[in-house]
Amino acid sequence: MTAIVLFMAGIAAIAGWWLSQQRLAAKPWLEEGAVGDFPGGSSMSLPAAKIGLGVFLAVVGSLFALFVSAYSMRMQLIDWRSLPVPGLLWFNTGVLVVSSGALQWAQVSARRNDSENVLTGLLAGGVSAVVFLIGQLLVWQQLNTRGYFLAANPANAFFYLITAIHGLHLLGGLVALGRTIVKAWRGVEIPRLRLSVELCTMYWHFLLLVWLILLALLTGWADDFVTICRQLLT
Amino acid sequence: MVDVPSDVLAGIPPAEVGEVDLYHPRSWWTRYVFSQDAKIIAVQYAITAMAIGMVALVLSWLMRLQLGFPGTFSFIDPSQYLQFITMHGMIMVIYLLTALFLGGFGNYLIPLMVGARDMVFPYANMLSYWIYLLAVLVLVATFFVPGGPTGAGWTLYPPQAILSGSPGQEAGIIMMLVSLILFIIGFTMGGLNYVVTVLQGRTRGMTLMRLPLTVWGIFTATVMALLAFPALFVASVMMLFDRLLGTSFFMPTLVEMGQLGKYGGGSPLLFQHLFWFFGHPEVYIVALPAFGIVSDLISTHARKNIFGYRMMVWAIVGIGAMSFVVWAHHMYVSGMNPKFGFFFATTTLIIAIPTAIKVYNWILTLWRGDIHLTVPMLFALAFIITFVNGGLTGLFLGNVVVDVPLSDTMFVVAHFHMVMGVAPIMVVFGAIYHWYPKVTGRMLNETMGRFHFWVTFLGAYAIFFPMHYLGLLGVPRRYHDIGGTAFVPASAHDLNAFMSIAALIVGFAQLVFVFNMIRSLSKGEDAGGNPWNATTLEWQTPQTPPAHGNWGKELPVVYRWAYDYSVPGAARDFIPQNEPPASSTPKGAHP
Repeated sequence: MTAIVLFMAGIAAIAGWWLSQQRLAAKPWLEEGAVGDFPGGSSMSLPAAKIGLGVFLAVVGSLFALFVSAYSMRMQLIDWRSLPVPGLLWFNTGVLVVSSGALQWAQVSARRNDSENVLTGLLAGGVSAVVFLIGQLLVWQQLNTRGYFLAANPANAFFYLITAIHGLHLLGGLVALGRTIVKAWRGVEIPRLRLSVELCTMYWHFLLLVWLILLALLTGWADDFVTICRQLLT
Repeated sequence: MVDVPSDVLAGIPPAEVGEVDLYHPRSWWTRYVFSQDAKIIAVQYAITAMAIGMVALVLSWLMRLQLGFPGTFSFIDPSQYLQFITMHGMIMVIYLLTALFLGGFGNYLIPLMVGARDMVFPYANMLSYWIYLLAVLVLVATFFVPGGPTGAGWTLYPPQAILSGSPGQEAGIIMMLVSLILFIIGFTMGGLNYVVTVLQGRTRGMTLMRLPLTVWGIFTATVMALLAFPALFVASVMMLFDRLLGTSFFMPTLVEMGQLGKYGGGSPLLFQHLFWFFGHPEVYIVALPAFGIVSDLISTHARKNIFGYRMMVWAIVGIGAMSFVVWAHHMYVSGMNPKFGFFFATTTLIIAIPTAIKVYNWILTLWRGDIHLTVPMLFALAFIITFVNGGLTGLFLGNVVVDVPLSDTMFVVAHFHMVMGVAPIMVVFGAIYHWYPKVTGRMLNETMGRFHFWVTFLGAYAIFFPMHYLGLLGVPRRYHDIGGTAFVPASAHDLNAFMSIAALIVGFAQLVFVFNMIRSLSKGEDAGGNPWNATTLEWQTPQTPPAHGNWGKELPVVYRWAYDYSVPGAARDFIPQNEPPASSTPKGAHP
């Protein structure tokens, strides 16, 4: 459970930092009057949707941290046989990086009011994300044909499960991205589109980060880290 | 959405501006059924939760009938008994208490108390309820599938949860897990709303330290639930894989009926870690809203400001954070490393400190207060007593050496029913008596309320207080029939019969409450806008019940904290949060 405890410590640090800005030591019973008379206490200037997405990412992060925790606990048992890493995974990873990059480009273009590039960026991001998902399905197929079935070993089961959950999150993101693309296609003005583009980009970067962590775990790169965590506990 | 005239707010810097457009329903369906108004969604959540709670109440009757009069009721067989236990626990903890506190009270009170027109994402809020309802329906459907609902205990521990021989192994366990997954998805949608509305939907002047403690409690509990429910989600998905696809995440190698099973090598302990990583915060997900609400009830009905407001806020946040590092105290007997036991016993005892601070502060709030023994106040007082009672036995069970002999006895059942069954439900009742006048515009009948209170409170004690003694005798829990066990004296059976009769009486008393709620809708005394003379914003709405959009044309502006009761020199014994300071202009605009 080290991964999730570390994740929670990170969340606690962020929450603690935020709370420290909120004058929690103020004496509200003495502070009668309009809010302008007292410093602090106003809410963030960010749009609600962005904060909502931030909170949602914390939830998703917690979900994946728990999968990582379960993975690192289960892999200690003797029946664990690691999977070979299909070469296609590297290609997929590259495609996901391209997808994230394309959305970043769309976001930069949106800030510059460049509507043509916004649409191109969004489309490129969407298409490459779809390519990533197809690639993941091909990886599954390759593993299956080589006899690495879901129920044959917990390492296989975790591989399929974790990639599936990550893929489903990307699929959900594609729904939001699809709606944004439709809006951009119909020529909605950039200022009204900017928030949607930013939210998609934020989500994509997050899923890329999650993917890189999962990749390190699934390919065994993170084994040393897992060992260190385990030693911390014993 | 914000249409506050600028002249009123000339001197107030812009803050807390919600940019979400208010959704206006156009038909009966979108107004009352597929409503995006948090107040309607709250009522939907509350009615669904209470309805499913009644099912769980009946299940508890059936269990008590079996325990009190073993052998008398032939229609309760051992399998069914286990199914009743499982469904009673799961429904009460998740589908009733979590849904009612967060989905019910959270939806109703957060927008009104922070001075917002609605939740920030009304559409997701509506979806949240409908997915919750779907989860409840899937849960109820398990009663009617072949094999019936799962009988694995509310903790659903593998391997027995999915092995043949456990009741409900066929479809019951699958539908239980699906229902939980749905609940979590639905809750996440609602939870994002509650959190972001508190962060971003507050009206002008409503700083965090001016929030009523109810909002602090629900807010912190929601943050915890958002982070903790994924653990149950992960555990449910993985167990579903084990059950349906034959993986061995949790399932060890087993010989079943002389045959080597298909599973191998899995770790049941892993499930327990995941389950309790959710399960312990869940206790506080239920308790923190109760803490918050009870603080407001006590302050309002004792006409006194809450004692140590800052400390109360810090304690809520502290308990919320601490509750993530105590989960393994539910696993002392699981065979885990004893050193972990020591660590978790320590954190468990430390969490008692902020909790005790809260109890002291409630008592000090009552001290020399102008206590009105209204029905909400009676329930609030009953909560304090019950919670202290449950907390003290928690100190017993938090210690490894005491827990090991007691953990499989009725003592544990008594403990958790006191601390997270009876205590929160006291707050639920108190809160309903307190806010019903705002929701409906009418008062609940006082006489019926008092009857309901005394029967419920004394009855709950009659059930659960002797249960501690049974536990100390060594009477085991989860047993359909303990038979002629040598260490259980005959008097224990008499006590069991007494507790069962008490349970039946308490259950029937709830019908009085339901009747009161239905009758008062049309026949209740007119409540007016602020029958309790309370300070918080929800009592200051222009209409009662609050209309769509809550505040009429102007959002309220907040000038003070939530607890200005019996302020020396003030004309009345309460000053609403939106009342400008006496020295300023009537409009409250500061130059």
